Amino acid sequence: MTQTALPASRMRTPRSKLRNWIGVIPFFLFAILFIFLPSVRLFIGSFTNEAGQFTFENLVELFSQDYIRNSYLLSIQISAVTALGGGIFGFLLAYSVTVGGLPNSLRSALVTFSGVASNFAGVPLAFAFVATLGRTGFVTVVLKEVFGVSIYDAGFNLYSFLGLSLTYMYFQFPLMVLVMTPALDGLKKEWREAAENLGANTVQYWLRIALPILLPSMLGAMILLFGNAFGAYATAYALTGGRLPIITIQIGAQVRGDVLHNPNLGNAMAMGMVFIMAISLAGYSWLQGKTERWLR
Amino acid sequence: MKLATRVRKFPFWSWVWFILGVLYFVLPLLATFEFSLTMERDMIGFKAYQKAFADKDFWSTFGYSIFLAAMTIIVSIILIVPTAYWIRLRLPEARRLVEFITLLPFVIPAIILVFGLIRVYSSPVTIPFTEIPLGQPLTNFKFGTNVLIVGGYMVLGLPYMYRSVDTGMRTVDVRTLTEAAQSLGANWYVVVARVILPNIRTALLSGALLTFAIVVGEVVLASFLGVNTFGPYLFLLGQHRAYEPAALTFTTFLLTWAAMGIIQLITGGQGQASGAH
Repeated sequence: MTQTALPASRMRTPRSKLRNWIGVIPFFLFAILFIFLPSVRLFIGSFTNEAGQFTFENLVELFSQDYIRNSYLLSIQISAVTALGGGIFGFLLAYSVTVGGLPNSLRSALVTFSGVASNFAGVPLAFAFVATLGRTGFVTVVLKEVFGVSIYDAGFNLYSFLGLSLTYMYFQFPLMVLVMTPALDGLKKEWREAAENLGANTVQYWLRIALPILLPSMLGAMILLFGNAFGAYATAYALTGGRLPIITIQIGAQVRGDVLHNPNLGNAMAMGMVFIMAISLAGYSWLQGKTERWLR
Repeated sequence: MKLATRVRKFPFWSWVWFILGVLYFVLPLLATFEFSLTMERDMIGFKAYQKAFADKDFWSTFGYSIFLAAMTIIVSIILIVPTAYWIRLRLPEARRLVEFITLLPFVIPAIILVFGLIRVYSSPVTIPFTEIPLGQPLTNFKFGTNVLIVGGYMVLGLPYMYRSVDTGMRTVDVRTLTEAAQSLGANWYVVVARVILPNIRTALLSGALLTFAIVVGEVVLASFLGVNTFGPYLFLLGQHRAYEPAALTFTTFLLTWAAMGIIQLITGGQGQASGAH
């Protein structure tokens, strides 16, 4: 009787509060089916032996088997190198279009291009770099015929650590540009003027004021780049065909066929990756919190 | 302060970095394009493109990728828009939890996701907590793998889609819109479908295009789940051909460029970054 035309602003009782959760059930169902169940399965698997009992054996083996440990190390090295290189180069680029004095039109061009390049990865990226720096690649040939420098005779190889790093850089530094451009905008003109009025020169301003303010967001962005490279699989696989045994490639081989003859060791390898990614994401969000104090 | 120090010097180093950046961006594209034009000896031409586009398998795999991208976008919108709306309006206490979940795909790379999906769904579906089978493993039949791959793509796109939608809702003040619509007699369905959705269409479009860019060239989920999409096709083509893959690589780049360019246009330069390849 009174149920028919109630106004929208109904009184909130504890019961209707509980009922509110019904609206998010589909989302949680999706998250459980496609995120939690798969991760929990890998998590449980990594603590189970072949008889189905609880064990730490798989985790111990991660560190005791040389080629697993080396794969982790190789992945960490390549991610760290490209995060640092991409981070520095991306920062310089972001600097040049924000406070560096370049025309504003170049800024939007750079940001758009960075958006494209940070999404241009995987198989096409690998092919593009073969056409560029492969044995008969465009740059290789131009360097040889125009400048007389043969990079392959000098020991360069695209299908190596250096080659893969250069390829990763193509999506690494644009991501840095996208993250750092807004952060550099946050540097207030007044700070520079105040510093100059107090007699500071450019170097002093950057070392004592700008960089300390920017440091958390720079580090945070570089951690983001680290994770970005650490999880990459397709680019490396398409470029090196599995010859460079980074951890994602090892896990891929384990998914295709149980190459370790121990499915649960494969689970443990995957969990190890998730663990490292989780640490870097936590570091990123912690640094983000520090950044927001100044740059708003 | 002297006038001379006030006048900006020519920003030499800025130009150096910028030009280096442009070279890094452009050289691989130029190289790929140049290579794709030289299929015929001593001639510049579009033969590689003609051959690549004449392949039936290209169209079927590419069409399939676009179909999966469309499904991913549609189901994502159906799932995420009501959720984000509901949280804004009725359940702010769930915000932190849901935002945390939308960040999880950053911690779980595609290769791990597909590993977990295969582990869970390659055994028969059972009634929870029992061994009573409900159906065969999802990985064994076409509809099942399609469900898995669309679900997986939704996970990969979740951070971008959710953030787009949530930002869109923040800027249009959904509470006022909802109250206005309800006072005019609209029910929940009408409010979401005819008031909220049209008002966040730019946010939806940018989330959708980003998802499109992620899905169309995706290779990890597709190849491990055994779905014949464009990514695995391009990879296989690269194993035994030279010029056609270059032509398709350049085409892919133009597609990504188009998707990102439109995002830039509609959001006025507030483009997003994706990552994790």
